[in-house]
Amino acid sequence: MVRAKNAPSLRAGLADATSERFFFDRAARVCVTKLGRGTSLGGRLAALAGRSVMVATASQLAAALALIELDGIARRLTILPPDTAPEHLAALIGCAEVDAVVVDDGTLPHAALDLPLRVPVTPAIAPAGDLPPMAAHTEWVLLTSGTSGVPKMALHDLASLIAPIGVERPDGAVVWGTFYDIRRYGGLQIFLRALIGDASLVLSSAGEPIAEHLARLGRCGVTHLSGTPSAWRRALMSPAIGTIAPRYVRLSGEIADQAILDHLRATFPQARIGHAYASTEAGVAFEVEDGRAGFPADILEHDRDGVELRLVDGALRIRSPRTAQRYLGRAAPALRDRDGFVDTGDMVERRGDRYVFVGRRGGIINVGGLKVHPEEIEAVINRHPQVRMSLVRPKQNAVTGAIVIADVVLKPQSAGAEAGGELAIKNDILALCREALPRHKVPAAISIVPALNVAATGKLARRYG
Amino acid sequence: MSIKLTIMEQMRQIAREHGKTLAPLTDDLALLDSGLDSLGFAVLVARLEDTLGIDPFTTAEDAMFPLTLGDFVKVYENGARQKRAVA
Repeated sequence: MVRAKNAPSLRAGLADATSERFFFDRAARVCVTKLGRGTSLGGRLAALAGRSVMVATASQLAAALALIELDGIARRLTILPPDTAPEHLAALIGCAEVDAVVVDDGTLPHAALDLPLRVPVTPAIAPAGDLPPMAAHTEWVLLTSGTSGVPKMALHDLASLIAPIGVERPDGAVVWGTFYDIRRYGGLQIFLRALIGDASLVLSSAGEPIAEHLARLGRCGVTHLSGTPSAWRRALMSPAIGTIAPRYVRLSGEIADQAILDHLRATFPQARIGHAYASTEAGVAFEVEDGRAGFPADILEHDRDGVELRLVDGALRIRSPRTAQRYLGRAAPALRDRDGFVDTGDMVERRGDRYVFVGRRGGIINVGGLKVHPEEIEAVINRHPQVRMSLVRPKQNAVTGAIVIADVVLKPQSAGAEAGGELAIKNDILALCREALPRHKVPAAISIVPALNVAATGKLARRYG
Repeated sequence: MSIKLTIMEQMRQIAREHGKTLAPLTDDLALLDSGLDSLGFAVLVARLEDTLGIDPFTTAEDAMFPLTLGDFVKVYENGARQKRAVA
């Protein structure tokens, strides 16, 4: 059991596996243990040895199988998230010197993907006679979820990716599920946790409604489930949330405020609930399971598991064996500072014995010269018992340059409120803000909206400008 | 409600919310002496956009911020006229 972390490659770990486990998506169930002695690449794995391979499938399940097979075989693996803008493909392929692509039936045709070597992958495993021997210390390239322009390409290897994964002896079989796509850092962590922890994994499928995804997670018996706070807020709005009963609930990718932690605690009273702080560049820095927003100040003062944290001008910097090594590309900016720390751009503030995340450095709104983090106001609004989620954004203003306004989504039981009821809730939220925040952080206006836009990354869509 | 009354009502509301005391609202009252600070006026402009549907200060590039309450009201009355003319 749990031997795979020391295995030289992902497939080698599987070959030693003792129990059968499965990867699921909406359409298929694959006994992934069979990859130890099988292939989903139609016998063409050897042709990919030593190459720089882009995994460009539509299906997550097909991508998962390809990644297992190619680790230790390909020189470099570039993982293409499904929402990558097609106009960036050529630049990404050039930057990573991609010379082979793995595709499936759903891969969108694009001239940039017409490479000399194109290998199809299917979400099915055929027995393989001879598998090529491990040939490479594979580089893993992950795309960052930047808001505009060509995504940056962060260079990891298997060691940095699995460094955060602790070896724990689970009480009973583990079935992981995630609201993330495994082709971004947060989801890839869950994919690797499932592989290394001898667990099964339930993947989402493109376009699958949240209620169906939750019901499927329930049918597969999910025990460990991970997503962004925004993804969890959406899940909690669905009546299908009652179909799952995870033992472990994990949040990462956005600030986990006290409201979402409390909602999850109330919904899953028996579960372990943890929030992790991680980014594509910095890796997983730490995980907190005490049910409180933010993290103990102690984490910043004492290194743990080789992770060093440092505050520079209020922003968190991280040095650890889990960070990416560098960005690919000759013109790329430095990923680490001179001392080897990654600047996360995430701002924290000390409150008593804890640090809390207040927002992104790039997301600050300037109200008449005073700095405002939208996330800090959202955390207050989200405390209102009838609020499910909120987005605070700047509005241009002739007097102060900008002011803050808020879009608010109410919980389903509140949505039927007539116009008068909405007004009462708005005033109530404003009163809450006035109590908890200085004047310039109180939204000048609140709109009740039916939904907020959540990006493909699972994060609330914000426009920085 | 007239534009003038709407503006005065909003000013009283914001003064209450911000814990400020308003001076008597006359046409020649200097806005600097009104009791609302710049944040108060920022919120006023945002609220008026909600209720009147116009923000005359961001739509007109050269709009100067007025000095007295009477001029402030005129800016909104002109803005409302222009909006009707366009519609």
